[in-house]
Amino acid sequence: MIRHIFMSLAAAVVVAGGAWVPAAAADDGFIVVQSTTSTENSGLFGRILPIFEEKSGIDVRVVAVGTGQAIKNAARGDGDVLFVHAKPAEERFVENGHGVARHDVMYNDFVIVGPPGDPAGVKGMEDAVAALTRIAEAEASFASRGDDSGTNKAEMRLWNQAGIDARAESGSWYRETGSGMGATLNTGTAMGAYIMTDRATWIAFGNKGDYEIMVEGDPKLFNQYGIILVNPEKHPNVKAEMGQQFVDWILSEEGQAAIAAYEVDGQQLFFPNAEG
Amino acid sequence: MCEALRDTPMPPTPVAAPASPVLVSAAGLCFDAGGKRLIDDLDIRIREGRCSVIMGANGAGKSLLLRLMHGLLTPSAGEIRWRGRPMDRAARRAQAMVFQRPVMLRRSVLANLRFALSVRGLRAGDRDSRIFEALRRARLEDMAHRPARVLSGGEQQRLAVVRALACDPELLFLDEPTASLDPSSAQAVEDLIAHARARGVTVVMITHDPAQARRLGEDLHFVHSGQVVESGPVQAVLDHPRSEAAQAWLDGRLFVAPGQSTPT
Amino acid sequence: MGDFWGTMAEAISLILQWDTDLIGIIALSLRVTLTAVAIACVIGLPLGAVVGAFRIPGRTLVTVVLNALMGLPPVVVGLIVYLMLSASGPLGPLQLLYTPTAMIIAQTILVTPIVAALTKQVVEDLHGEYAEQFASLGVGRIDRVLALLWDARYSLLTVALAGFGRAVAEVGAVLIVGGNINHVTRVMTTTIALETSKGNLQLALALGIVLLVLAFCVNAAVMAVRASAVRAAYV
Repeated sequence: MIRHIFMSLAAAVVVAGGAWVPAAAADDGFIVVQSTTSTENSGLFGRILPIFEEKSGIDVRVVAVGTGQAIKNAARGDGDVLFVHAKPAEERFVENGHGVARHDVMYNDFVIVGPPGDPAGVKGMEDAVAALTRIAEAEASFASRGDDSGTNKAEMRLWNQAGIDARAESGSWYRETGSGMGATLNTGTAMGAYIMTDRATWIAFGNKGDYEIMVEGDPKLFNQYGIILVNPEKHPNVKAEMGQQFVDWILSEEGQAAIAAYEVDGQQLFFPNAEG
Repeated sequence: MCEALRDTPMPPTPVAAPASPVLVSAAGLCFDAGGKRLIDDLDIRIREGRCSVIMGANGAGKSLLLRLMHGLLTPSAGEIRWRGRPMDRAARRAQAMVFQRPVMLRRSVLANLRFALSVRGLRAGDRDSRIFEALRRARLEDMAHRPARVLSGGEQQRLAVVRALACDPELLFLDEPTASLDPSSAQAVEDLIAHARARGVTVVMITHDPAQARRLGEDLHFVHSGQVVESGPVQAVLDHPRSEAAQAWLDGRLFVAPGQSTPT
Repeated sequence: MGDFWGTMAEAISLILQWDTDLIGIIALSLRVTLTAVAIACVIGLPLGAVVGAFRIPGRTLVTVVLNALMGLPPVVVGLIVYLMLSASGPLGPLQLLYTPTAMIIAQTILVTPIVAALTKQVVEDLHGEYAEQFASLGVGRIDRVLALLWDARYSLLTVALAGFGRAVAEVGAVLIVGGNINHVTRVMTTTIALETSKGNLQLALALGIVLLVLAFCVNAAVMAVRASAVRAAYV
């Protein structure tokens, strides 16, 4: 009787476990897009992907991580399309043969948000570099993602231009959370720190508290998104045809219009700028 | 095999000849544990078809001796022999043992017996009729489907004896089988032992009760400080002990031989 | 505190709205976790029983390794499984990355050491009680392991429960190997992490409450079974 029970238990497990394998292998009508938290968390994909899926019959599976991690995952071949926002890193990705070609898709901008008390007195500034310099001088808390994401890379470029080695202050007024945008916003607002975030995530973020946008409008805060088909010659498992279909649709008039149409609280989050 | 559990007349009147052959023997048997010699150059001979009683003070080494003979422990020196030959697997299978505290599996009474019989390679079909017969004899048939561990101490001990006998042994070891039982439970266990004896099962039993030894036993081996100091017919040893240790024990005195430490 | 209770109240109203997405997420969580726990039991129960019952060579080493593996951080397991299943990894051709199967594999690796180590302890104790009786009856090795596992069944249920608790609450490993893909690999914990990062604390908390209730129900069921076993002196 005992043997019986163990045997049937084992059989049940094999059946239950095995059930996934055919399911995963048989249903090939999907692609994996390595993308960033800002596109997923802002709700953009939730709005535009169903339109594409409806039209093409291709299921788009989004893995939303930081840009740095997304690029590394894609470089290992774990994904068919890369949709991120760190132009220099994206160009390197293509140069190294991991991607077929890079295309501009859309942009939005970064903003620096802060507590209403504005301890560094940066409210209303347009010059992002000057604002960061003032925050550093005041040694006001600043929460950075510190995760090599697109936003983090952009932030580091600004510190460089200000001639400030912010990371040297890490642990004092400069706080690196080492996590995604949302987690950093949660942490930063709780500690009363300034935070640089992309506008889309900020608008869609649900836990703003009494935080406000302090700095915006600097051309240096421009945030460009790009899309790349992962190179099937380098990674044979890439579903090149379906991936290309998705890239083409994003860059098409219909895709671009869908991006432009996405609004939260009446505000447009992303501005399409693919080369027609 | 079924023959063994069939009803036979009770009580038994053992008629084994004085010269019945030796079933189990040990010579120069030693057992050490924790740097102490607990069984010390012990000699013993168990005769086939008889009931041998082992007596002695607490800590004398009675239970160790039983376990050594049953093969649960390996001697440090000396050898246990079965019909004059070294003990082998088949010889072990011809033995069963009932421990002082019965060990019941966490299952029903029935399942406990089925387990023991399946270990002995009995097919399911043959098992149950034998099991119920044995349970009836032990007056446990109403409890067949109850969890074994909720039975009273006396019932569990009866079940332990039934389980041991169900294995159809040639030799049955009993380690103080009635030590913690009330008189009626003890009587029920004794009835089962008597029944086994009547079937020709050789019995080796530890007891502290001289009256029980007289009721059930034929041969008596008195153990003191890891040695058998006296062997003989029960009646003779109990009435006229020759060894000082047995004399002292029967008188209720603590005996410490010259140069020995107190037995623990 | 007012803020906390406000969040709580909203969370409960969100649970009451109960939509199909939420049901899908809960169902996937249970499927992944229960499958992983079942596989972990099939591996871990016999392994733990053998180590617990027999003086096999290397027994201490196995015990130390199992105990150490019990504390394995889920993220590390996730990373290892990711590297194995990645298109560039040795198991890449299986194309299991970002599927529920990958999550099951990761959780199985997390849970098996727990099941094995706790089983070892339970079986060792029980064997201490049964060893002489088994030796007297002449029970063979395989029968011994099976009998010990069967007789420890109610304690082992608690062992499986410990594994379930670790797996169902785990987020690090399934996030990495599953990718938290909507409708495909999104489970309760990754959803909670996602909603927290979106700042939707009410929704995250609501899901946390659902998870808690779920864990409570599973625990209560096991305890009820155990209680009846205690009455039969089977524990």
